[in-house]
Amino acid sequence: MNVRRFMAVLRKEFIHILRDPRSLAVVFLWPVSMVFLYGYAITFDIREIPLGLLDQDRTAASRALARDLTASGYFRTAEILENRGDLSAGLMRGSFKAGLVIPPGYGRSSGRDGDTHVQFIVDGSNANTAQVAVNYLRMFCAVQTLAPGDAERNAGIGALPVSVQPRVWYNPDLKSSHFIVPGLVAVVMMMICVLLTSITLVRERETGTLEQILVSPIRPAELVAGKLVPYILIALLDSALVVLFSIAVFGVPFRGNAAFLLAAALVYVFCALSLGLLISGRAKSQMVAMMASQVLTFLPSLLLSGFMFPIASLPKPLRALSSFVPATYFLKIIRHVMLKGTETAALREPFLFLLAFGLVVTMAGIRQFKLRLED
Amino acid sequence: MQSAIEIKDLVKRYGNVTAVDGVDLTAAAGEMTGLIGPDGAGKTTLLRVLCGLIRFDSGECRLAGLDANRQTAAVRAIVGYMPQRFSLYPDLTVAENLRFFADLFEVSADERNRRLERLLKFSRLGPFSDRKASALSGGMKQKLALSCTLIHTPKVLLLDEPTTGVDPVSRREFWDILSELRGQGVSILVTTPYMDEAGRCDRVALMHKGRILLTDKPADVPKLFRNTLVEVECGDPARFAKALSGSGRFHSVQAYGDRIHVSGPEKAESLEAMIRATLAETGAGKPGRIGRIRPGIEDTFVELMAE
Repeated sequence: MNVRRFMAVLRKEFIHILRDPRSLAVVFLWPVSMVFLYGYAITFDIREIPLGLLDQDRTAASRALARDLTASGYFRTAEILENRGDLSAGLMRGSFKAGLVIPPGYGRSSGRDGDTHVQFIVDGSNANTAQVAVNYLRMFCAVQTLAPGDAERNAGIGALPVSVQPRVWYNPDLKSSHFIVPGLVAVVMMMICVLLTSITLVRERETGTLEQILVSPIRPAELVAGKLVPYILIALLDSALVVLFSIAVFGVPFRGNAAFLLAAALVYVFCALSLGLLISGRAKSQMVAMMASQVLTFLPSLLLSGFMFPIASLPKPLRALSSFVPATYFLKIIRHVMLKGTETAALREPFLFLLAFGLVVTMAGIRQFKLRLED
Repeated sequence: MQSAIEIKDLVKRYGNVTAVDGVDLTAAAGEMTGLIGPDGAGKTTLLRVLCGLIRFDSGECRLAGLDANRQTAAVRAIVGYMPQRFSLYPDLTVAENLRFFADLFEVSADERNRRLERLLKFSRLGPFSDRKASALSGGMKQKLALSCTLIHTPKVLLLDEPTTGVDPVSRREFWDILSELRGQGVSILVTTPYMDEAGRCDRVALMHKGRILLTDKPADVPKLFRNTLVEVECGDPARFAKALSGSGRFHSVQAYGDRIHVSGPEKAESLEAMIRATLAETGAGKPGRIGRIRPGIEDTFVELMAE
C-alpha cells in the first residue's frame, strides 16, 4: 500500500464528485428528500377516521359516548345518520369508513353488569385502516369502562375480572415516524453508497481510463481504498444529516451514545461501499451496475430488514435471507441507540456481524479486481 | 546493446480468434518503429501484450529484456503506453491529470513540478494547464495523453494510433515531439494508418492478419516491389477502381484521391492497354493519362497484402 498513490486516487475521486452536479445531487439532496417523503408518507398512524353515527338511544349517555369517541382525535363524525339504510348506503358511497350504532336502551344498560352493547361496522376494503379503526375502538371501549369520574360507569369496574393498563415504552405515542425515520438512515445510506461506488470502477472501464491506470504500478488495494474513503466520508456526513433532520423535523428522540452510533455507521457504510465495489468490478456497464445495486440493496433493505415489516412476520426462507442483509443489523442498532438508549454492550452482536460482512466483501472485491484487461 | 523490444513467435488468441499469430519483431534501443496495417490486423493487441495489459499464449515477448507476462510490474515501470482511445479524466484539468499520473508513478514532489513544467512547455499546453481535458481540441488531447505517459520518463514508449482524427498541423507537431523524444534516447513503437508518418520512422513493420509481413527501413521498403506500377488519372476514381479490380486481371488496384494505382507483372505498355480495354468493356468511361511511376511504401504494402 503506497500512500502517494492512494492519496492520488482519493484526490481524483473527490474532484469527480465535486465537479459532477448529478453526484452532488445524489449525495446531498437525495437523503433529505427521502427522509421527507418517507417520514411523512409512510405512516401507520391513522387519525380522524370519518365516522357515521347512528344514535338510536338519544340519551345523555349515548351523546357522551359519541362525544368522547370523537374527542380522542382518532375519529371524527362525518355524518349523523337517521336509520340503518343510511348506514349501509354511506359505507357503500365511502362518505365514512366506519359506522357506530348505539342501540336503544344503551343509556339504561350502560354501567350495569358489563352488559352494554354498541355496534361498530367498518369498511374492510382497506384492511389496514379497518384493523387500525377496530383497535382504536377496542382501546377506547376499554378506557371508557375503566375511566373514573362517571359514577354510573364506575360501578362497572368491579365487573371486569382483569384490568389491563397498557403503557408503551420508548415511543409512548406509538408515532410511526419515530420508528420509520431512524430506519431510513439505514436504507438511504445503503442505497447511496452502493449506487455511487458501483458506478466508479465501471465508469473508468467504459471511458478507457482504467486501461491507462492499469499500466501504472498501482496495486488493487490502493485503487480500491482510494475509491472507498471519499465515499465513506460523504456517507458519514449524510448519516449525520439524516439523523439531525429526523431529530429537528420529526422530533425523534436521541437517547443513546452518539459515538457508538457513529462507529456503527462507519462499519455499516464500509459494508455498503464494499458491496458497491464488488458490483462495480463485475458489471459490464454503468447501466448494469446501477440496476444491480438497486436490486441488491433497495428491496432487501426496504422489505427484509425489518424497516417496514417485522422480521418475525416474514415467511421462514425470507427470514433466513434477512440475516444476510446488513441493513437488518444497522437498523437494530440505530433504533436501539436513538429510541431506547440501549447499552452498547447489548448491541455487540449486530455490530460484529456488520464488521465481518464488510471485511469479507472487501476481500472479495479486491481479489476479483484484475490488473489486466481480460483473463 | 540490448534490444528495446524483442518478440519471437508470439501468439495471442481470444477464444477461437487468433489476434496475433506468430509475430517476430525486434527493435533496437533508441529506435522509432512504425507498426502499420489495416484495422483488425492485431496492432492494438500486440501493444497491449507488450505492456502487460493482456497475457500472451505462447512465444516470447520482452521489453528491455523484461518478460511481459511474468515481470509485469517491472515492465510497467519502464514503459509508457498511450491507448488508442483518449483515456484521461475529462473532468480533471490538464495539470490535475498530469499530477495524478505523476503520483501514480511516485514521481517526487520536486521532480514532479520540474517535469510538469517541462512537459507543458514541450507539448505547448502551458497556457491551458487549468483547462479541463474535456475542453481541449483533438490535437491537444493527444499531446496531453502523451505528456501523461511521459511523466515517469519511460524507456520504451508504445503509442496506439496517436494521431488518428487529429488535424494535419497538429499531426506534424506531434511527430516533431516524437522525433525529439527519440533524440533523447527513448525507444518508440507507434502504430499509424498514415503512410506519410511511416516515412518518419527508423523502421516500419507491416502487420496483416496477426502476422508481420516485413520489417525494413522506410526507404528500402519500395525496393521489395516486384511488379510494374502505373498511375491512372481519372474523374471518378471510386467507379474506375471498382471496374478495374472487379475484372480480376490486375495484381492490385488502389485509389488515391483522383488517381488509381494499378500493378501487375506485365510491362507498363501492356498494363496500360489492359486498363484502357477493361475500362472500355465495362463502360466505366475514358481514363486520362496513364504512366509508370515509382512505388511508395503503401504500394509495396498493398502488393504484399494482396499475395
